[in-house]
Amino acid sequence: MSWQDTLIQVLIIIGQSLALLVALLIFIAYILLADRKIWAAVQMRRGPNVVGPFGLFQSFADLLKFVLKEPTIPAGSNKVLFLLAPLVTCVLALAAWAVVPIADGWVIADINVGVLYIFAISSLGVYGIIMGGWASNSKYPFLASLRSAAQMVSYEVSIGFVIITVLMCAGSLNLSDIVEAQNGRFGLLNWYFLPLLPMFVIFFVSALAETNRPPFDLVEAESELVAGFMTEYGSTPYLLFMLGEYVAIVTMCAMGTILFLGGWLSPLPFAPFTWVPGVVWFVLKLCFMFFLFAMAKAIVPRYRYDQLMRLGWKVFLPISLVAVVVVASVLHFTGTAPQ
Amino acid sequence: MSVAAAFFYLFAFVLVGSAFMVISSRNPVQSVLFLILAFVNAAGLFLLIGAEFLGLILVVVYVGAVAVLFLFVVMMLDVDFVELRQGFLQYLPVGVLVGLVFLAELVLVVGAWATGPGISAAVSAGAVAGHVSEVGNVQAIAKVLYTDYIYFFQAAGFVLLVAMIGAIVLTLRHKVNVKRQNISAQVARTPEAAIKVVKVRPGQGL
Repeated sequence: MSWQDTLIQVLIIIGQSLALLVALLIFIAYILLADRKIWAAVQMRRGPNVVGPFGLFQSFADLLKFVLKEPTIPAGSNKVLFLLAPLVTCVLALAAWAVVPIADGWVIADINVGVLYIFAISSLGVYGIIMGGWASNSKYPFLASLRSAAQMVSYEVSIGFVIITVLMCAGSLNLSDIVEAQNGRFGLLNWYFLPLLPMFVIFFVSALAETNRPPFDLVEAESELVAGFMTEYGSTPYLLFMLGEYVAIVTMCAMGTILFLGGWLSPLPFAPFTWVPGVVWFVLKLCFMFFLFAMAKAIVPRYRYDQLMRLGWKVFLPISLVAVVVVASVLHFTGTAPQ
Repeated sequence: MSVAAAFFYLFAFVLVGSAFMVISSRNPVQSVLFLILAFVNAAGLFLLIGAEFLGLILVVVYVGAVAVLFLFVVMMLDVDFVELRQGFLQYLPVGVLVGLVFLAELVLVVGAWATGPGISAAVSAGAVAGHVSEVGNVQAIAKVLYTDYIYFFQAAGFVLLVAMIGAIVLTLRHKVNVKRQNISAQVARTPEAAIKVVKVRPGQGL
C-alpha cells in the first residue's frame, strides 16, 4: 500500500471519528436536558424552560456559561493532576465509542474484543475521580474519591460476570456479532433480555452504580460531601467532568442496548419495521435505557454506603457467579451453545 | 520506518520512562500513577504484537482493579517518604546484591526457555500466528488453557481462592456492641407482627 492510500484511510477514519463525536456531543446535550425535564416532570415542576422553545437550548447556554467563566485552581493543589483529572474522565468516556456499533457495519473499529475494550475503558473511568479528589488537596473531595474507588471497583465485578453470561450465549466478544446473534424470527422475543432477565436487572442496577448515578451517587452526595470530588472544580474542568459522566452513562445505555436489547435490530421482524434504518432503532433503545436511568434518579432514594456495599458484594456477586455456572450448564447440556 | 515501529518506540520509551519515574518520583501517589502509565503502555505493546486479549486483560485487571486498590492504600497511608529514604545508602549494597541475583536468575530462565508441545501445535495449526482474524486471540488462548494446561489453570485458581479466604479470615471480626442491619429480618416482618391497631375511646386513654 502506498503512502497516499494510508493517508486517505487515516483521513477517512478521522472524519468518521469527528462525525461520531459531534453527533454524540449534540445527543448528550439533549440527553442532559431530557434528564432534567424527566426529573422535573416527576416532581411536577417545569424544568428548564427559558432558553429557546421549551428550554431546548438550555444545554448550549450552560456550555457557554461554563466556558466563559474563569477556572480556579486551589492553592496547595497538585496543578497538573488537578487539570489532568477532568481530561482523563472525558477522553476515556469518549474513547469507548470507537467500538460501539450504532447500525449494521456503522462502527469505527470493529475489533474482535469489543466488549473487553469497553469494559477496560469504563474501568479506567475511576482514575479521573480519584485523581481529581486527591489533587484538590481538600477533605470532602478526598473522602468522595475514596468512596468512589471502592464503589466502582465493586460493581465492575458483577458487571463483568453479567457480560460473561451474554458472551457465552453469543459466542463472541465482537459487539456486532453479539447483536447478530440476537437476530431471529421472533424479533424482540429473540433478544437476550428475555432469557437472561435477571442478568439484565443486575446489569442495569450495576450500571447505575458504575456511573455514579442516583440512587448510588454517594460519590457526590451533596448532603454529606458538598459536591464530592468536584467540590473544588469550576468552569471548563467542571464541564469536562460533567460531560465525561454523561458520556459514560450513555455508553452504559449503549452497552445495555447491544447486550440485551438487540442493538440496531428491529423489534418486529417484518416489512414496515425492517425498512426503518438500524440507527433509528438503536437510538430509540438507547433513549429507552436512558429513560429508565432518569426515572431511577427521580424515584429511588439514595442508598446508604454499607447498603451499597452489601448489595454489590453479598447479593449481586453471588447471584451473577451462580448465573454464569447455570447458563454455561444449560448451554452445554441442551446443546444450544454457539460453535 | 513503518507506523507499527513508530508506535512500538513510542510505547517502549514511555514505558521505560514511566517505570523509571515510579522509583524516582518523590510523591508515592505520583509513583502509583506512573505505574499505571507503565501498565497502559505495556498493554499497548501487547496490542502491537496482536495479543489484543492479553493487552485488554492487563488493563482490566491491573489498571482497573489492582492499581486502584494500590492507589487507595497509598492515598490513605500517611507515610513520610523523605524520612524513609534517609537510610538509603546504608541498604544500597544489600539491594544491589538482591538485584544482581534476580537478574542472574532471569537470564538463566530466559536462556533455557522452551515452548511446550501444545503451544507449538497451536502455532503450526495457525491458531496463534498469522490467522488471528480467523480464529481470534480468545479462542486460541482458550484452546490451550482449557486443554493442555487445565491442571495448572485450576491450581492457580485454588491458590487465589486460598489467598482470598486467608484475607477474609484475617480481616473479619465481629464486634459485640455494634448495631447491624439485618435485612432479611426486616423484609420478613409482616404488618401483623409490626403494628397493633388499638381503638381508643375518647377521654379514656389506653
